[in-house]
Amino acid sequence: MPKLEDYISIVGQSIIDDLKLLSEKLKGRIIQNINSTSVGGGVAEILNRSVPLLRELGIDAKWEVIKGGESFFKVTKKFHNALHGREEEITFKDFNIFMETSQRNIEDMKLYGDVIFVHDPQPIALIRNKSKIPNSKWLWRCHIDVSNPNMRVWNFLKEFIVQYEASVFSSPNFAQRLPIRQFLISPSIDPLSDKNRELPQEIIDEVLKKYGVSQDKPIITQVSRFDYLKDPVGVIEAYRQVKKYVNCQLILAGGTATDDPESEEVLNRVKEAKGKDRDIHILLLPPGSDIEINALQRASTVVIQKSIREGFGLTVTEALWKAKPVVAQSVGGIPLQIKHKYSGLLCHSIDGAAFAIKQLLNSPAYAKKLGENGREHIRQNFLLTRHLRDYMLLFLSMYHNEDIVYL
Amino acid sequence: MDKIIKAKEPFRFCTRLHLSELTGLRAITLGQLLKLIKKVPGSCIYHHTHRFLQQHQYLSPEPPNDFAYWVSEALGEDKLGERLASIDTIQFTTIRALRNKIIQTIEEYLKEKPLSRIKFTSEDEAFHFVKSISFVLPTRYIATDIFEFTDILKKITIDSIYFHIFESRLRLEKGTNDFSNWLEDSLEEKQLAAEISNLDPYTHTMEDLRMTIVNLIEKRI
Repeated sequence: MPKLEDYISIVGQSIIDDLKLLSEKLKGRIIQNINSTSVGGGVAEILNRSVPLLRELGIDAKWEVIKGGESFFKVTKKFHNALHGREEEITFKDFNIFMETSQRNIEDMKLYGDVIFVHDPQPIALIRNKSKIPNSKWLWRCHIDVSNPNMRVWNFLKEFIVQYEASVFSSPNFAQRLPIRQFLISPSIDPLSDKNRELPQEIIDEVLKKYGVSQDKPIITQVSRFDYLKDPVGVIEAYRQVKKYVNCQLILAGGTATDDPESEEVLNRVKEAKGKDRDIHILLLPPGSDIEINALQRASTVVIQKSIREGFGLTVTEALWKAKPVVAQSVGGIPLQIKHKYSGLLCHSIDGAAFAIKQLLNSPAYAKKLGENGREHIRQNFLLTRHLRDYMLLFLSMYHNEDIVYL
Repeated sequence: MDKIIKAKEPFRFCTRLHLSELTGLRAITLGQLLKLIKKVPGSCIYHHTHRFLQQHQYLSPEPPNDFAYWVSEALGEDKLGERLASIDTIQFTTIRALRNKIIQTIEEYLKEKPLSRIKFTSEDEAFHFVKSISFVLPTRYIATDIFEFTDILKKITIDSIYFHIFESRLRLEKGTNDFSNWLEDSLEEKQLAAEISNLDPYTHTMEDLRMTIVNLIEKRI
């Protein structure tokens, strides 16, 4: 696991000095992170990297995972979709299932943090234990795009949210009318993780060979879990429009997460849409395929992210960090990462995506410039070191209410 | 400069890190934007007029403030966008004064083009008011003379330079930047202080600003 000093060559000494300076102000505080899965999905990924580094900085950061069965995760998946604005039939029984599992976690989970940092809706009801640990500060971190939530689910969750000291969202347009403080913290990627570190060409070649991807025609790639909200079928349609003019290949690579029971259904739809086209590569990658994902992104000519809703879009961050030209739907946190025509191309439809991909495939110099700008933007704003800094500031803000805080 | 003159008071470099706080307030018309600009906390005005400096500090030119960008890009009011973008922020020594100038600029425009008040954007493109929470921390770098000062200036974070140049002057209402204050008060370097004070830091990238100040000092010593 990389150490703090390994980041100096990427972000500079002074950024690391700042982190050390800040961490001194949090010495002795226990930060207890709680989420619903230890593998799969962006939240687990960020915790996997941030917790050890916070500990290296001398902060007592912990990470716990709540327990839940299949029916619980089916309900939380419905919540997730509904918060993203998708039509979902949610019954009283679903709310009951959610509360039953939550109650078991409320009884079983040991809570001891000075700051209790709860991620996403699954563990949200733990706040019911607040009174049992006096002086603890409770934070709710929402990683989901809630710009247009299903109000029934949102109102159900809101009863818990308002009991927290503060909430955290990934994009300004997710802000809600809430009586508690709301902070804006973008997620990040770790430039030294297997998914993002530099790779030798031989590894990239090996991965392409393993999956039967040819190197002699351009590669368009979307890396995402198989999820309706990532619109993989829309990506295939866009590819088909491009393919009429440019002989190219499409890679749809994605894993599954333990808290997402829907992915198989989506995968079947995608396979159906692929038909017999041998230039479409559907790659179902098991957890831990980070080097493969890294290699596929690096081998891509254009990276696409055609999500219908998106919390932040870390796969976009990953691609930009690899200086890839990216075409992405303008949703969630994606516009924070891509300034249209400057660090990538934004689109709003399948046709728009196809047009943008064609542009990039036909203008390599333009595509290269977009990619380079994108990489610099990520270096400045979306790497793990900035995220660690924001989290420390967030924890400190639990003890200060002013707009200008002298530490 | 023949001999090293010790400063009356050493200069302690501070740094400033910031966190963005959401307000839940948003505008989809120019009328709403104006109304909210009048009532949001000063920390919001500060955020939307200074955010670009840090987030895009490697790149110039960029839209100098979020109001100008939104008015042009989301509402399509390019003329107003240009007027807001060209507000000379360095002329204002308080957020209050800066806010009044923004209000006045929008109000004058609305008098000329009253129909612009009712133009609206989609929900997706709404303007969201965010405020900046600043955390000011002393660093371990202390300069006791101008040579030490220059050496530190070359390696200190851009956040520190940002704090002493922008935040101190406008948000903490010190009138001028911290570097000029110290050079004048503790080293009697009046001319050098004035030269730094006369720079328009808003038209530089942060790295460029660092080098411009270093060059001014090195020319003097």
